[in-house]
Parts: sequence; structure tokens; C-alpha cells
Amino acid sequence: MSTDVVDKGKRRFLTAATSVVGAVGAGFVAVPFVASWMPSERAKNAGAPVEADISKLEEGRMMIVEWQSKPVWIVRRSQQMLDSLPKLTGNLRDPDSANADQQPEYAQNEHRSRKPEVLVLIGICTHLGCSPTYRPDIAPADLGDEWLGGFFCPCHSSRFDMAGRVYAGVPAPTNLPVPPHYYVTENTILVGEDGGAA
Amino acid sequence: MKKQILTLIFSILPTFAFAAGGGVHLDSAPIDISDMDSVKRGAKHFVDYCFSCHGAEYMRYNRIARDTGMTDAELREELIFTTNEKGEPTKVGSLMKVAMTDDYAKKAFGTAVPDLTLTARARGADWLYTYLRTFYVDPYRPTGMNNLVFADVSMPNVLSSLQGMQKAVYKKETRQGVEVEYVDHLELAQPGSMSAEEFDAFVADLVNFMVYLGEPVQNERRSLGIKVLIFLVIFFVFAYMLKKEYWKDVH
Amino acid sequence: MGKLIGWIDDRFPLMKMWNEHLAEYYAPKNFNFWYFFGSLALLVLVIQIVSGIFLVMHYKPDAELAFASVEYIMRDVPYGWLIRYMHSTGATAFFVVVYLHMLRGLMYGSYKKPRELIWLFGMMIYLALMAEAFMGYLLPWGQMSYWGAQVIISLFGAIPVVGEDLTLWIRGDFVISDATLNRFFSLHVIALPLVLIFLVVAHILALHEVGSNNPDGVEIKKNKDENGIPLDGIPFHPYYTVKDIVGVVVFLFFFATVMFFFPDGGGYLLEHANFIASDPLKTPEHIAPVWYFTPFYAILRAVPDKLLGVGAMGAAIVLLFFMPWIDRCKVKSIRYRSNIYKINLAVFVVSFVILGWLAMQHVTSTITLLSQIFSLLYFGFFVVLFITSKNEETKPVPDRVTE
Repeated sequence: MSTDVVDKGKRRFLTAATSVVGAVGAGFVAVPFVASWMPSERAKNAGAPVEADISKLEEGRMMIVEWQSKPVWIVRRSQQMLDSLPKLTGNLRDPDSANADQQPEYAQNEHRSRKPEVLVLIGICTHLGCSPTYRPDIAPADLGDEWLGGFFCPCHSSRFDMAGRVYAGVPAPTNLPVPPHYYVTENTILVGEDGGAA
Repeated sequence: MKKQILTLIFSILPTFAFAAGGGVHLDSAPIDISDMDSVKRGAKHFVDYCFSCHGAEYMRYNRIARDTGMTDAELREELIFTTNEKGEPTKVGSLMKVAMTDDYAKKAFGTAVPDLTLTARARGADWLYTYLRTFYVDPYRPTGMNNLVFADVSMPNVLSSLQGMQKAVYKKETRQGVEVEYVDHLELAQPGSMSAEEFDAFVADLVNFMVYLGEPVQNERRSLGIKVLIFLVIFFVFAYMLKKEYWKDVH
Repeated sequence: MGKLIGWIDDRFPLMKMWNEHLAEYYAPKNFNFWYFFGSLALLVLVIQIVSGIFLVMHYKPDAELAFASVEYIMRDVPYGWLIRYMHSTGATAFFVVVYLHMLRGLMYGSYKKPRELIWLFGMMIYLALMAEAFMGYLLPWGQMSYWGAQVIISLFGAIPVVGEDLTLWIRGDFVISDATLNRFFSLHVIALPLVLIFLVVAHILALHEVGSNNPDGVEIKKNKDENGIPLDGIPFHPYYTVKDIVGVVVFLFFFATVMFFFPDGGGYLLEHANFIASDPLKTPEHIAPVWYFTPFYAILRAVPDKLLGVGAMGAAIVLLFFMPWIDRCKVKSIRYRSNIYKINLAVFVVSFVILGWLAMQHVTSTITLLSQIFSLLYFGFFVVLFITSKNEETKPVPDRVTE
């Protein structure tokens, strides 16, 4: 073994070059393994847009459809419920839906919906992920005189009004999110897609 | 020593031959799995002629759409004619299940109807191509039909309106002192709506689809494989130069 | 950096291990082509463990769900097909490199004193690997999985007195069933990998204790320089690390070729019948084990008696364990041994390969006769070796390794 004529620069260059190519290769190898944790086609299918037929939904009532394994609430609000919305402005954290992440642009309005009377919400509390209960009754004993109907989370007592807007002074930080949706027909809503008109 | 290495390598890479059951000659299927138009036509034939009884329960509809370049709307229009258990329209991402239960099939055909997702991988394209074209009239069978490569098959010839009716021409031969009768070839007894060439092309598309169905990723697999091999060649150049450089030390 | 290593070294023998096993592990400088397969086997073990871990994330060890979950991996999981083919190709690759690695040992006498324990650990690895492969093959729950397991487990029924009860105990049911699938899954993904890793560590520790053999069969430790470094040795790192990287790249080229272009190997790697879900009422027309088991299967079929057949098959494997004592010749490398040994080993290798081919053929009287002849040649290797090796006429072995 002799070390008399070693070109150290060449050696260092080749070591670096081989290491870089090897590292790139290792990066490529990691891709399929990392990607395999993404939702599978089965999960995507389960999370695909769902159609909801609201022709039989009566005024003041709520129906639930499942989208991406989450409950989506659809409420046909009465005029009296809609009238209650402006009265609460002072009690809410984000009355004007300023936080754009919580609803598509077409629901960034006073009633947080495409059609004023039909409310579509993801029924998961923005605090820690419980599903709040629908409480349309006015001033019930357990919720106090100021309650004008809305959603109440049993886990940590977060309160939301009839547009899913969060009350000030409760644990939940933001309004309930409105999922992307559009009307395929007068009485059919497709939850999960904007229908191009965002 | 070299010889030992060679024999060993040959034992590792055996000849790629398909085992054909029964020793019947199989026609080579004229298919091209990269021809997505053919796969798309085959998918339509599959849904029209096979899918009322056979499912493809590991396959999703929208996979076909994605691989053959159809939109969801075209998919609904051309391939999806079923509803789910609740009577709602089948989602584009659903598995291609069929409504017929095994119990019903056993009553109707005397056997469960096999799922077809993997049939091309289990039987081979040539077998399918030959099987679908070699039904012939046999009055001794309950369906009135028999098949050259699948003797006493329970499946009726669902393609007979296209192909027409074939009848067998028998020949006699003495084997080990016993006279046996066997099918020499098939003859078209009554023409169907297609010419022989049209029908062969129809079956080829159908088989092409079934080969695709057995492994939908195969085109992607091959194209990714070429990139991986190219990368390894580049890696080899660097690794080899590095080795050469260090081994200059070793005398 | 140096400070960090110093901090670690005060608490853990990091540099000591690095030096002992890589930077100051002196390996003979004359390793040839055959010496790639040890590190390649280690690489394949890593490939199998990593791909296996990711398969378990999606696979369902349940008789009702197993077959469908494999197709789910092949179609619905992003890149699931690639991970699955990596694992199935890896199984074949494992046996390819291990067989070549074992043949290297036979050619250069690597099992001889003082390396008997290395060989024994290696043989245990081979046994564990066979068990691992056999149990893994049940998991896809296709027809070949099912009926292959049925046949192999029935072999235990040949054991006198306890045989039938033993097969029942292994299956946990009267036929191969969900219970069998579940226990094989557990052994395949937890127990046997642990055993394998333990044995591989023992194999390498034993090797680094006595030092590597080489194609000349010369002990390089007999000739040291004034610093106690073998004159014919070179540090494993960097010389053999850079050399092994070249070997790894070439190996991966072949591996990727099979994985991307011939993943089912024409029905020899993923058998056609295994694309049909298992059916306890219907045996496939043609059952042959996967190629790496076929030589032993041929020996089993060659013997027209159930118990003796199973015994012969077991003996074919067990005899290999005793190689260090069957071969009584002092000369290690085939380069300096007699023509008798060369011919004997060549006949053995050829018989092994031919037996492998015979097991894949339909049984006819010719096939059975050929199986019997080559089984005798297989066992004849050990007999001839034992008799002739004691006073074998050998060539003079050089003091130093040759180029």
C-alpha cells in the first residue's frame, strides 16, 4: 500500500459527487414511502363530494350528511332565525366573517350562505373537534335568556349562533367553517365542490 | 467456474412461458397495452357484455377514466349504469361491484360467477383471447354451448349475437387402441352481426382492457422503471470512478 | 463536530465501533466478485424490513380481508404497487444473493477453522430466511399461498406418533384458516425478523473477530507489519465501502429491472394461481413452490415414502450445517485443491440447479427417475467429500495472497 501520489482534490470531488448522487437517489426512494401515507383512492372516494336533497327539509329543521367522514349540517332557517342574526353582533368574536379561512367567498356575508335561508356548515367545533348540538329553542333554562338559537358544544360550552358564528368569551377561536358547496338544482346541494363559481 | 455461474444465472431467470391448461393451442392475443383507445373501447365492451354478471370488485370506475383520459361526466355517461345499495347513483370513485350475489349465481349457473379483476393475470391474455372466440354448439350442455379451452364451461356465449354460432367439426383417431373423437376445428354455422375480422378486433379490445384491469399501473410502472435505470447508470459512473480513485492505493 | 464525537465517546463506544468494524477492520485486498454478496444480503434485509413495515400499514391479516387488502395496496394506496413489488422482488433477491454467498463459502472453504461459527450462524440465517419466506407467502391469501402452506404443513404429519397433532397445532384449525394466517403474520412481521437481525449481528461479530477469508484461503493475520497491521490487509473503509457501492449499484440495476419490468417473473416470482383468492374446496391444477425451495421439494418428491421423503429433505439442509467437519482437508481455497474436489463441487451445484428445475415439472416417471439420480448426486457430494478430503492431494498454498 502506498500513498505517494494521491490527488486529494480529485478524491474529495469524487466523494462529494458520489455522495450527492447517492443522496438524490435516497430522496427518490423516500418518495413512494412518504406518498403512501397520503389518502388512498378508497379514502378519496369516501371523501368525494356528496349530494344532499333538501326538498323535504322543513323550515327550522336540520339535516346531516356525511362528507369526508365529517358531519355536514344543512339548516333551513326561518325568517325569525335570520332576523336574530344582526341582534347578536355585539356578542360575537367575528360577526362579519372577516376570517376568510372559515368560509368560501360566496358565504362571506351576513347570513354566511349562498341562499339566505339555507345554512351549510361543517359540524365540528373549532375548539377541539367535538360536534356541537343544534339548539334552535329560544332562551332555554340551561343556556340562559340571551340565547336566540344556535349551536352549543357540550364538550367545553362553546356557543355559536344561527349562522355558525362563535360567541365571544368561549373556548372556540373561530366561526364554524362553511364547506365548499353549490346548488346543482333548486333543491339539490353538492357538498365538496364550488361548482366553479367561487 | 464460469460455467457454474452461468447455470446458476439461468436457473434464476427461467424462461418466461405461460402455462396453458389442457394442452390446447392458444391464439396469440393481438393487443397493445399502451393503446389507451383500445383499452377504452374494451372497457365499454366489458360493461356492456360482461358486467351484468361479473364484477371487477378491486377496480374503481374513475381509475379507468383517469388512465384513458375521460372526464367524470363521460364516465357517468358511458360506463356507469348502476346505483348503490340506497338507490343513489354510483359514485365515480366506487369499486366496480356487481349486484348479483353468489347464491343467485349458483342457482342460475350452478356455480359462483368469478370476479374478473385479476383474470388476465391468472389466465393470461392469450387464454382469454382464445376462450372468448371458441364457443361452439354442444347440445349435451345445459347452455347448449361448449368451449375449446374451457371444457364444459357454465358461462353462456354472451357474444354469440356478434360472432354468430360456431359448430365443431369432429375427427376420429385411434389412440392406444381406442377410437376417440375430438374437435378438429370450428366452423361458422350461422353468421352474427360482425364479420370475423370485426369480431376478432372486438375481442382484442376487450382482452386488452382486461389485461389493463389486472394491473392498471403497468404503463406507469414501465415508464418509471426506465427513469430509475437511467439514474442507476449515472450513479454507476460516479461510484466506479470513486472506486478506481481509491484503489490506486492498493498494489 | 469533534467535540460532539468526544462527548459521545465518553458515554458510548462510537469511534471504537467505527474503527473495529470499518476504518480499522483489515480485510484481505484480493476479494473478488464473489465477495459482494455478503453486503448485498445486508442491503436486501434492509429493503425487506423497510418495505415490509410500510406494507403492514395497509395489509389486513384476516382471512376475509387479506386478499382484497393486497389488491387495495396494488391499486388504491399511492405507490403501494411499488412497495409491494419491492417486497416480492426482494424475497427472490434475498435467496439469489444468499445462495451465491453460500457457494462462495463452499468454494473458498470459508467454513473451516477458525470460521466454523460464522458458517453455523449463516446456516441459521438461511433456515430463518426459509421460514420467513414460507410464512410471508401465505399472507397474500391466494390459491398458491393457501395450497402451498397446506402441503408444507402436511409434511410435519409425516413425523411418527405426534405428526397429526403437530399439524393441527401449527394450523390452529382443521384446515389452513384465519387462525393460521394470523399466527403466520405475527411470526413473519415480528418474531422472525428479530431472530434474523440477531443472527446477522452474531454472524458479522464472529466474522470480525477472526477476520475475513479470501479467494486464496490464506490467513492474512500471519503476516503483519511492525504496527501489527496485516501486510495483505486494507481497511474496510474506505476501500471496500467504495467498492461495495459499485456492487450495490449494479445489483440495484438488476433488482429494478425485475421489479419494474418483470415483477411476476413470468409466473415464477408471483405465481398465476395466486391471483385467485384462496378457495379451500379447489386445488390449483399445478402446485410448485417458489423457485428458492424447489431443489428440496424435488428431493421430497423423489422418495416414494412420506416419512423418508421428509427425512431426506431435512437431511439435505441439515448436512450443510456439518460442512466444517465433513470437509477434512486443511487447504481452504478451491484454487489449491484437487480435481476431485472441483468436480465434486461442480456436480453438487449442477445437481442443485437441476433439482430446482425438476420440481417445477409435472411428475412423470422420467422426472421422478431424474429426481432420484440428482438427489443421489446431491447427497453423494457430502459422502465423497468426507472420504476424499482426509488425504486430499493439494497444491502448495502461497504465504501471501495473489493478485
